[in-house]
Amino acid sequence: MLKRLLAITTLIIIGYWLAQGLAGVPFGQDRMLVGKYYLEHVVEQTGAVNAVTAVVVNYRGFDTLGEVTVLFIASTGVGALLWSRKKRRTARTEGSIVLTTGTRLLAPFVMLFGVYIFIHGHLTPGGGFPGGATIATAFLLLYMAFVTYEIPHRAFEKIEGAVGMTYVIVGLIGLAIGGYFLYDWIWQTWGWGHDNIGRLFSGGFIPIIYTIIGIKVGTELSGIIDNMIKEEVSK
Amino acid sequence: MNCMSCIEYIIVGVMIASAVLAVEWRDLLAAAVGMAAVSLFASLLFFMLQAPDVAMTEAAIGAALSGAVFIFAIKRTQRYETEEEEKPGWWVRW
Repeated sequence: MLKRLLAITTLIIIGYWLAQGLAGVPFGQDRMLVGKYYLEHVVEQTGAVNAVTAVVVNYRGFDTLGEVTVLFIASTGVGALLWSRKKRRTARTEGSIVLTTGTRLLAPFVMLFGVYIFIHGHLTPGGGFPGGATIATAFLLLYMAFVTYEIPHRAFEKIEGAVGMTYVIVGLIGLAIGGYFLYDWIWQTWGWGHDNIGRLFSGGFIPIIYTIIGIKVGTELSGIIDNMIKEEVSK
Repeated sequence: MNCMSCIEYIIVGVMIASAVLAVEWRDLLAAAVGMAAVSLFASLLFFMLQAPDVAMTEAAIGAALSGAVFIFAIKRTQRYETEEEEKPGWWVRW
Protein backbone atom coordinates (compact mmCIF):
# COMPACT_ATOMS: atom_id res chain seq x y z
CA MET A 1 0.00 0.00 0.00
CA LEU A 2 2.79 2.35 0.91
CA LYS A 3 4.58 1.43 -2.27
CA ARG A 4 1.45 2.13 -4.28
CA LEU A 5 1.13 5.59 -2.72
CA LEU A 6 4.78 6.22 -3.41
CA ALA A 7 4.36 5.19 -7.04
CA ILE A 8 1.33 7.43 -7.51
CA THR A 9 3.12 10.40 -5.93
CA THR A 10 6.15 9.85 -8.15
CA LEU A 11 3.94 9.67 -11.22
CA ILE A 12 2.18 12.90 -10.30
CA ILE A 13 5.49 14.69 -9.70
CA ILE A 14 6.95 13.47 -13.00
CA GLY A 15 3.78 14.38 -14.88
CA TYR A 16 3.70 17.88 -13.36
CA TRP A 17 7.35 18.37 -14.22
CA LEU A 18 6.83 17.29 -17.84
CA ALA A 19 3.73 19.48 -18.19
CA GLN A 20 5.65 22.47 -16.82
CA GLY A 21 8.46 21.81 -19.26
CA LEU A 22 6.13 21.53 -22.22
CA ALA A 23 4.00 24.53 -21.23
CA GLY A 24 6.62 26.95 -22.49
CA VAL A 25 6.83 25.39 -25.94
CA PRO A 26 4.46 27.02 -28.44
CA PHE A 27 2.44 24.25 -30.00
CA GLY A 28 1.54 24.27 -33.66
CA GLN A 29 3.22 27.56 -34.46
CA ASP A 30 5.51 27.99 -37.39
CA ARG A 31 8.85 27.62 -35.71
CA MET A 32 10.31 24.88 -37.90
CA LEU A 33 13.66 26.50 -38.59
CA VAL A 34 15.50 23.30 -39.48
CA GLY A 35 12.62 22.04 -41.63
CA LYS A 36 12.42 25.35 -43.45
CA TYR A 37 16.15 25.29 -44.09
CA TYR A 38 15.88 21.80 -45.60
CA LEU A 39 12.92 22.75 -47.79
CA GLU A 40 14.66 25.84 -49.13
CA HIS A 41 18.07 24.30 -49.80
CA VAL A 42 17.26 20.70 -50.65
CA VAL A 43 17.42 20.98 -54.45
CA GLU A 44 20.66 22.93 -54.68
CA GLN A 45 22.42 20.95 -51.97
CA THR A 46 21.35 17.40 -52.77
CA GLY A 47 19.62 17.46 -56.16
CA ALA A 48 16.69 15.42 -54.87
CA VAL A 49 13.13 16.55 -55.55
CA ASN A 50 11.77 14.44 -52.69
CA ALA A 51 12.86 16.24 -49.55
CA VAL A 52 12.10 13.29 -47.26
CA THR A 53 14.63 10.98 -48.88
CA ALA A 54 17.14 13.82 -49.08
CA VAL A 55 16.90 14.23 -45.31
CA VAL A 56 16.98 10.47 -44.67
CA VAL A 57 19.92 9.64 -46.94
CA ASN A 58 21.89 12.82 -47.30
CA TYR A 59 21.53 15.04 -44.24
CA ARG A 60 20.93 12.17 -41.84
CA GLY A 61 22.82 9.46 -43.69
CA PHE A 62 24.66 8.25 -40.61
CA ASP A 63 21.37 7.53 -38.82
CA THR A 64 20.24 5.49 -41.81
CA LEU A 65 23.45 3.46 -41.59
CA GLY A 66 22.52 2.83 -37.95
CA GLU A 67 19.02 1.70 -38.95
CA VAL A 68 20.44 -0.73 -41.49
CA THR A 69 22.76 -2.05 -38.79
CA VAL A 70 19.81 -2.52 -36.42
CA LEU A 71 17.96 -4.51 -39.06
CA PHE A 72 21.08 -6.60 -39.67
CA ILE A 73 21.36 -7.35 -35.94
CA ALA A 74 17.66 -8.31 -35.82
CA SER A 75 18.10 -10.66 -38.77
CA THR A 76 21.21 -12.17 -37.17
CA GLY A 77 19.29 -12.63 -33.92
CA VAL A 78 16.46 -14.47 -35.62
CA GLY A 79 18.98 -16.66 -37.39
CA ALA A 80 20.81 -17.40 -34.13
CA LEU A 81 17.65 -18.17 -32.15
CA LEU A 82 16.18 -20.50 -34.74
CA TRP A 83 19.45 -22.09 -35.72
CA SER A 84 19.71 -25.83 -36.10
CA ARG A 85 21.77 -28.15 -38.20
CA LYS A 86 19.00 -29.83 -40.12
CA LYS A 87 16.31 -27.45 -41.22
CA ARG A 88 14.01 -28.22 -44.04
CA ARG A 89 10.68 -27.13 -45.32
CA THR A 90 8.00 -29.39 -43.89
CA ALA A 91 4.88 -28.08 -45.60
CA ARG A 92 2.95 -30.82 -47.37
CA THR A 93 -0.11 -29.19 -48.86
CA GLU A 94 0.55 -27.30 -52.03
CA GLY A 95 -1.03 -23.87 -52.26
CA SER A 96 -4.42 -23.59 -53.87
CA ILE A 97 -4.66 -22.97 -57.60
CA VAL A 98 -5.59 -19.35 -57.04
CA LEU A 99 -2.48 -18.80 -54.93
CA THR A 100 -0.06 -20.64 -57.22
CA THR A 101 -1.34 -19.07 -60.43
CA GLY A 102 -1.51 -15.64 -58.85
CA THR A 103 2.01 -16.00 -57.53
CA ARG A 104 3.35 -17.15 -60.89
CA LEU A 105 1.83 -14.11 -62.52
CA LEU A 106 2.45 -11.53 -59.83
CA ALA A 107 5.78 -12.31 -58.15
CA PRO A 108 8.00 -10.79 -60.90
CA PHE A 109 5.86 -7.68 -60.99
CA VAL A 110 5.93 -7.30 -57.22
CA MET A 111 9.73 -7.53 -57.32
CA LEU A 112 9.83 -5.05 -60.21
CA PHE A 113 7.67 -2.64 -58.23
CA GLY A 114 10.00 -2.94 -55.24
CA VAL A 115 12.97 -2.14 -57.46
CA TYR A 116 11.06 0.81 -58.90
CA ILE A 117 10.33 2.10 -55.41
CA PHE A 118 13.94 2.14 -54.31
CA ILE A 119 15.47 3.35 -57.56
CA HIS A 120 13.08 6.29 -57.78
CA GLY A 121 13.48 7.13 -54.09
CA HIS A 122 14.74 10.65 -54.79
CA LEU A 123 11.82 11.46 -57.10
CA THR A 124 8.69 9.77 -55.78
CA PRO A 125 7.55 8.75 -52.29
CA GLY A 126 9.26 5.62 -51.13
CA GLY A 127 12.81 4.56 -50.73
CA GLY A 128 14.98 1.68 -49.72
CA PHE A 129 13.01 0.36 -46.78
CA PRO A 130 9.56 0.06 -48.43
CA GLY A 131 11.18 -1.21 -51.63
CA GLY A 132 13.11 -3.91 -49.82
CA ALA A 133 10.02 -4.91 -47.83
CA THR A 134 8.04 -5.20 -51.07
CA ILE A 135 10.70 -7.50 -52.54
CA ALA A 136 10.59 -9.60 -49.37
CA THR A 137 6.80 -9.82 -49.77
CA ALA A 138 7.33 -11.34 -53.22
CA PHE A 139 9.58 -14.01 -51.67
CA LEU A 140 6.93 -14.59 -48.99
CA LEU A 141 4.39 -15.22 -51.77
CA LEU A 142 6.76 -17.74 -53.39
CA TYR A 143 7.28 -19.49 -50.04
CA MET A 144 3.55 -19.75 -49.42
CA ALA A 145 2.64 -20.97 -52.89
CA PHE A 146 5.26 -23.66 -53.53
CA VAL A 147 6.17 -26.30 -50.96
CA THR A 148 9.71 -26.89 -52.12
CA TYR A 149 10.77 -23.32 -52.85
CA GLU A 150 13.80 -21.93 -51.03
CA ILE A 151 15.74 -18.76 -51.57
CA PRO A 152 19.29 -19.20 -52.91
CA HIS A 153 21.00 -18.93 -49.52
CA ARG A 154 24.63 -18.57 -50.54
CA ALA A 155 23.96 -15.87 -53.09
CA PHE A 156 21.71 -13.98 -50.68
CA GLU A 157 24.25 -14.05 -47.85
CA LYS A 158 27.04 -12.90 -50.14
CA ILE A 159 24.92 -10.13 -51.66
CA GLU A 160 23.87 -8.96 -48.20
CA GLY A 161 27.42 -8.72 -46.92
CA ALA A 162 28.80 -7.12 -50.06
CA VAL A 163 26.03 -4.53 -50.15
CA GLY A 164 26.49 -3.65 -46.49
CA MET A 165 30.19 -3.11 -47.12
CA THR A 166 29.42 -0.99 -50.18
CA TYR A 167 27.41 1.44 -48.04
CA VAL A 168 30.39 1.99 -45.75
CA ILE A 169 32.74 2.24 -48.74
CA VAL A 170 30.57 4.94 -50.33
CA GLY A 171 30.73 6.82 -47.03
CA LEU A 172 34.49 6.39 -46.81
CA ILE A 173 34.98 7.70 -50.36
CA GLY A 174 33.05 10.76 -49.22
CA LEU A 175 35.38 11.01 -46.22
CA ALA A 176 38.41 10.89 -48.53
CA ILE A 177 37.07 13.44 -51.01
CA GLY A 178 34.98 15.88 -49.02
CA GLY A 179 36.22 15.60 -45.48
CA TYR A 180 33.33 13.96 -43.66
CA PHE A 181 31.67 10.57 -43.63
CA LEU A 182 28.90 10.12 -46.23
CA TYR A 183 29.80 13.32 -48.05
CA ASP A 184 27.83 13.53 -51.28
CA TRP A 185 30.79 13.38 -53.66
CA ILE A 186 28.77 12.62 -56.79
CA TRP A 187 26.65 15.75 -56.49
CA GLN A 188 28.95 18.25 -54.83
CA THR A 189 32.40 17.38 -56.18
CA TRP A 190 31.73 15.78 -59.53
CA GLY A 191 28.59 17.78 -60.18
CA TRP A 192 26.76 15.05 -62.03
CA GLY A 193 23.13 15.59 -62.91
CA HIS A 194 22.92 19.29 -62.22
CA ASP A 195 21.05 19.89 -65.47
CA ASN A 196 18.39 17.20 -65.12
CA ILE A 197 16.96 17.68 -61.68
CA GLY A 198 13.71 15.81 -61.36
CA ARG A 199 14.77 12.95 -63.63
CA LEU A 200 16.33 9.63 -62.79
CA PHE A 201 19.99 10.56 -63.18
CA SER A 202 20.19 13.20 -60.51
CA GLY A 203 20.24 13.37 -56.78
CA GLY A 204 23.89 12.59 -56.22
CA PHE A 205 24.45 9.37 -54.35
CA ILE A 206 20.84 9.04 -53.11
CA PRO A 207 19.83 6.47 -55.80
CA ILE A 208 23.02 4.48 -55.15
CA ILE A 209 22.55 4.44 -51.38
CA TYR A 210 18.87 3.57 -51.74
CA THR A 211 19.65 0.73 -54.14
CA ILE A 212 22.10 -0.58 -51.54
CA ILE A 213 19.55 -0.23 -48.73
CA GLY A 214 16.77 -1.79 -50.81
CA ILE A 215 18.81 -4.88 -51.71
CA LYS A 216 20.01 -5.23 -48.12
CA VAL A 217 16.54 -4.91 -46.57
CA GLY A 218 15.05 -7.27 -49.15
CA THR A 219 17.63 -10.01 -48.60
CA GLU A 220 17.51 -9.64 -44.82
CA LEU A 221 13.73 -9.82 -44.55
CA SER A 222 13.68 -12.78 -46.96
CA GLY A 223 16.22 -14.45 -44.69
CA ILE A 224 14.00 -13.82 -41.65
CA ILE A 225 11.02 -15.34 -43.48
CA ASP A 226 13.15 -18.32 -44.49
CA ASN A 227 14.31 -18.83 -40.90
CA MET A 228 10.78 -18.62 -39.55
CA ILE A 229 9.13 -20.92 -42.07
CA LYS A 230 11.60 -23.80 -41.99
CA GLU A 231 11.40 -26.36 -39.24
CA GLU A 232 13.84 -28.68 -37.65
CA VAL A 233 13.88 -32.20 -39.01
CA SER A 234 14.90 -34.81 -36.47
CA LYS A 235 16.18 -37.85 -38.25
CA MET B 1 -18.79 18.11 -41.28
CA ASN B 2 -16.34 17.69 -44.03
CA CYS B 3 -16.69 14.22 -45.49
CA MET B 4 -12.94 13.58 -45.72
CA SER B 5 -12.69 13.91 -41.96
CA CYS B 6 -15.75 11.60 -41.62
CA ILE B 7 -13.75 8.89 -43.34
CA GLU B 8 -10.78 9.56 -41.11
CA TYR B 9 -12.93 9.21 -38.00
CA ILE B 10 -14.38 5.94 -39.35
CA ILE B 11 -10.88 4.60 -40.01
CA VAL B 12 -9.73 5.55 -36.51
CA GLY B 13 -12.80 3.82 -35.06
CA VAL B 14 -12.12 0.64 -37.04
CA MET B 15 -8.48 0.76 -35.90
CA ILE B 16 -9.48 1.00 -32.24
CA ALA B 17 -12.06 -1.78 -32.65
CA SER B 18 -9.61 -4.15 -34.32
CA ALA B 19 -6.91 -3.35 -31.73
CA VAL B 20 -9.31 -4.20 -28.89
CA LEU B 21 -10.39 -7.37 -30.68
CA ALA B 22 -6.75 -8.36 -31.27
CA VAL B 23 -6.16 -8.17 -27.53
CA GLU B 24 -9.40 -9.88 -26.55
CA TRP B 25 -9.56 -12.78 -28.97
CA ARG B 26 -8.45 -16.13 -27.55
CA ASP B 27 -7.71 -17.47 -31.02
CA LEU B 28 -4.20 -16.20 -31.65
CA LEU B 29 -4.50 -16.58 -35.42
CA ALA B 30 -7.49 -14.23 -35.42
CA ALA B 31 -5.59 -11.91 -33.09
CA ALA B 32 -2.67 -11.76 -35.54
CA VAL B 33 -5.10 -10.92 -38.34
CA GLY B 34 -6.61 -8.19 -36.16
CA MET B 35 -3.16 -6.75 -35.56
CA ALA B 36 -2.45 -6.76 -39.28
CA ALA B 37 -5.78 -4.98 -39.80
CA VAL B 38 -4.68 -2.23 -37.40
CA SER B 39 -1.55 -1.74 -39.51
CA LEU B 40 -3.51 -1.77 -42.75
CA PHE B 41 -5.94 0.91 -41.59
CA ALA B 42 -3.05 2.90 -40.12
CA SER B 43 -1.40 2.87 -43.54
CA LEU B 44 -4.66 4.10 -45.11
CA LEU B 45 -4.73 6.89 -42.55
CA PHE B 46 -1.09 7.79 -43.25
CA PHE B 47 -1.96 8.01 -46.93
CA MET B 48 -4.88 10.31 -46.26
CA LEU B 49 -2.71 12.49 -44.01
CA GLN B 50 -0.32 12.96 -46.97
CA ALA B 51 2.53 10.73 -45.83
CA PRO B 52 2.60 8.23 -48.69
CA ASP B 53 6.10 6.90 -47.99
CA VAL B 54 5.22 6.04 -44.41
CA ALA B 55 2.02 4.47 -45.72
CA MET B 56 3.99 2.22 -48.07
CA THR B 57 6.36 1.11 -45.33
CA GLU B 58 3.52 0.47 -42.92
CA ALA B 59 1.55 -1.56 -45.48
CA ALA B 60 4.55 -3.66 -46.50
CA ILE B 61 6.05 -4.28 -43.06
CA GLY B 62 3.14 -3.90 -40.64
CA ALA B 63 0.38 -5.54 -42.59
CA ALA B 64 2.20 -8.12 -44.69
CA LEU B 65 5.53 -9.17 -43.22
CA SER B 66 4.98 -8.93 -39.46
CA GLY B 67 1.58 -10.62 -39.81
CA ALA B 68 3.25 -13.45 -41.73
CA VAL B 69 5.99 -13.77 -39.09
CA PHE B 70 3.37 -13.92 -36.32
CA ILE B 71 1.43 -16.60 -38.20
CA PHE B 72 4.60 -18.69 -38.64
CA ALA B 73 5.28 -18.36 -34.90
CA ILE B 74 1.71 -19.48 -34.09
CA LYS B 75 2.15 -22.44 -36.42
CA ARG B 76 5.24 -23.50 -34.49
CA THR B 77 3.63 -23.14 -31.04
CA GLN B 78 -0.11 -23.38 -30.42
CA ARG B 79 -3.15 -21.69 -31.78
CA TYR B 80 -5.30 -21.02 -28.70
CA GLU B 81 -4.48 -19.19 -25.53
CA THR B 82 -4.64 -21.48 -22.53
CA GLU B 83 -7.45 -20.77 -20.10
CA GLU B 84 -5.41 -21.16 -16.90
CA GLU B 85 -5.66 -18.22 -14.55
CA GLU B 86 -2.27 -16.57 -14.48
CA LYS B 87 -1.02 -15.14 -11.23
CA PRO B 88 0.04 -11.54 -11.48
CA GLY B 89 3.76 -10.96 -11.66
CA TRP B 90 5.94 -9.47 -8.98
CA TRP B 91 5.44 -5.97 -10.33
CA VAL B 92 1.73 -6.12 -9.44
CA ARG B 93 1.99 -8.09 -6.20
CA TRP B 94 4.39 -5.58 -4.71
